[in-house]
Amino acid sequence: MSVLEVNNLHARVEDQPILNGLSLTVNPGEVHAIMGPNGSGKSTFANVLAGRPGYEVTDGTMLFRDAPVADMEAHERATAGLFLAFQYPVEIPGVSNMEFLKAAMDSHAHANGQEQPNAAAFIKRVRELASSLDLNPEFLKRGVNEGFSGGEKKRNEILQMLLLEPTLALLDETDSGLDIDALQVVAQGVNQFRSANNAVVLVTHYQRLLDYIEPDFVHVLANGKIVQSGDKSLALELEAKGYAWLT
Amino acid sequence: MTQSVDELVGANAEYEAGFVTQIESETLPPGLDPEVVKFISAKKNEPEWLTQWRLDAYEIWRQMDAPEWAHVHFPPVEFDAISYYSAPKSQADGPQSLDEVDPELLRTYEKLGIPLHEQEALAGVVKSSPNVAVDAVFDSVSIATTFRDKLAEAGVVFCPISEAVHSHGDLVQKYLGSVVPQRDNFYAALNSAVFSDGSFVYIPKGVRCPMELSTYFRINERNTGQFERTLIIADEGSHVSYLEGCTAPMRDENQLHAAVVELVALGDAEIKYSTVQNWYPGDENGKGGIYNFVTKRGLCGGPRAKISWTQVETGSAITWKYPSVILRGDHSVGEFYSVALTNNLQQADTGTKMIHLGKNTSSTIISKGISTGRSQNTYRGLVRFSPTASAARNFTQCDSLLIGDTCGAHTFPYIENKQPNSVVEHEATTSKVSDDQLFACQQRGIDPEKAVSMIVNGFCKEVFRELPMEFAVEAGKLLEVSLEGAVG
Repeated sequence: MSVLEVNNLHARVEDQPILNGLSLTVNPGEVHAIMGPNGSGKSTFANVLAGRPGYEVTDGTMLFRDAPVADMEAHERATAGLFLAFQYPVEIPGVSNMEFLKAAMDSHAHANGQEQPNAAAFIKRVRELASSLDLNPEFLKRGVNEGFSGGEKKRNEILQMLLLEPTLALLDETDSGLDIDALQVVAQGVNQFRSANNAVVLVTHYQRLLDYIEPDFVHVLANGKIVQSGDKSLALELEAKGYAWLT
Repeated sequence: MTQSVDELVGANAEYEAGFVTQIESETLPPGLDPEVVKFISAKKNEPEWLTQWRLDAYEIWRQMDAPEWAHVHFPPVEFDAISYYSAPKSQADGPQSLDEVDPELLRTYEKLGIPLHEQEALAGVVKSSPNVAVDAVFDSVSIATTFRDKLAEAGVVFCPISEAVHSHGDLVQKYLGSVVPQRDNFYAALNSAVFSDGSFVYIPKGVRCPMELSTYFRINERNTGQFERTLIIADEGSHVSYLEGCTAPMRDENQLHAAVVELVALGDAEIKYSTVQNWYPGDENGKGGIYNFVTKRGLCGGPRAKISWTQVETGSAITWKYPSVILRGDHSVGEFYSVALTNNLQQADTGTKMIHLGKNTSSTIISKGISTGRSQNTYRGLVRFSPTASAARNFTQCDSLLIGDTCGAHTFPYIENKQPNSVVEHEATTSKVSDDQLFACQQRGIDPEKAVSMIVNGFCKEVFRELPMEFAVEAGKLLEVSLEGAVG
């Protein structure tokens, strides 16, 4: 069973067609990088998969572990194991990170017919993850992303990914706005996450991230569809030549 | 697919307390004149001074106009269409022992989660808290007060005010109208003329009340107003915590609730007054619902007295209420913690007044307004430092949260400072539950209803902390129910 099978996907945002026949298959254990110029539809693709309001599928199919996700609510996709690390994580004042993480864990457990995690074990696990990502444990008491730096917000996204253990992790420009130290911490988190049972789709603008996370496949998106696929060497070629030769 | 905030707004919340009790009542025909005032007074065998006090109030009321400065809009109330007295017939002879209370009434309170049997007594909207004494007011009369014997052992008086007029007439005569005079405002004058029942509390010197006291107000009869009067006196060095809960049936017409609450805290005494107000708010089109026009005020009459108001307001079609504190004693403390949630077409204009008269007095105001649907939510507050209030302080924090984009939040803070040696701090924020926040929660598996409730509860945290524990849990649940319209 593939993790993700997208066929001829067309989607629009506010009546503007963005995706125009995108097809992609992702199997367990694979890391795919999706690159492309600004406005090519990279982030739209990630958000359509996750079910963001206002992103409308007009044609094609998306199967996540053989299930058609277009019929599912965003939170159902999440509890089924589809995770999106946001390009711009939002702040939720008044709701502490710990409370938010617990609610997320409990929702996953509830949707999958599992018992809620034991509170003490849960807190221990969150603290371990925070320390592995160089996040001060004090952040757990603060409002979700409230007063966080750009780098802290991105590391918080990776923490959530590691905690929720999704089958498919979509990382939407997680590398943007990170300094080199933060980039390494984030990359380390993703590498730690990789296993034979899950898959990662990296949406990125720059080759830089791929120095730390080695992809199995690199795809170039232009005008809402994949125009070129290859291995890691394609990313290096793009770095040298830019996108213009492909579009 | 996924719902946006806008799509989530609009469905009708379920009002669980909206049933009607079928019981035979003695109800006065609509209309108000001196004869009605005399009838009510005679019904309660009141002494001459009180009958006259009511008649004076009636004359004052007749010469006043209904206030129009609040940020609320509604057709003028037809005061002649309201009945000013209604009581279950079986209670005509006044409160008896619990065994004699009409079983239909007992069932009503049970249905509301307030059994009046002491062995299972619960308070207000509180469940599973055995140590709370309850006074239950049904339309115009008090039908039962629990745990009176146990309170009497501590010297605490907790009874219907109609009874206190006879048993503690001197105290009632001394303090009634001492904090909210008859001519204070239009609705206070009306209440003074026709008040029917309510609770009376007296805590003697140095006594810490051994349990929470609670009054549960219920409007049942059609076309009646409820005009209860509550008087709480905490003598020197005493302490009491008092809870109040309110519900009414769902009816198409608007009903008037014009209560007066007076608190008196003498030197070193402390009164903590908590309200969970869940009067019927009307339907999603704004039809029906209670007009909640209430005057609540406390007097810190001696040094180091403290009065704390905590309110969670989710009900009523229109709310007009400003629980206030007069800080007369030196070093006295006033607090106001408020959560006001409006949905559909509800309108709330609520806040507080902190009147600093004594030296070194201090006050804290924390107000959280939540608006959703097409509702309008207003905070209105006054902080006044008189020339005598040297070294007085106030801290005000006023936060508004909007859900959807068809509602409104308004803030009118007034500060009058005649004392140069004082400190006023004012902080205010307005925020909105955004589609991005909702989606961020959903992407982590949290459904939108739970997400909104989590965000709103986080927003209200500072106020919920001030509520007695069981009440805080109930308040959280009540917010969830009241938000149902907002979250689909």
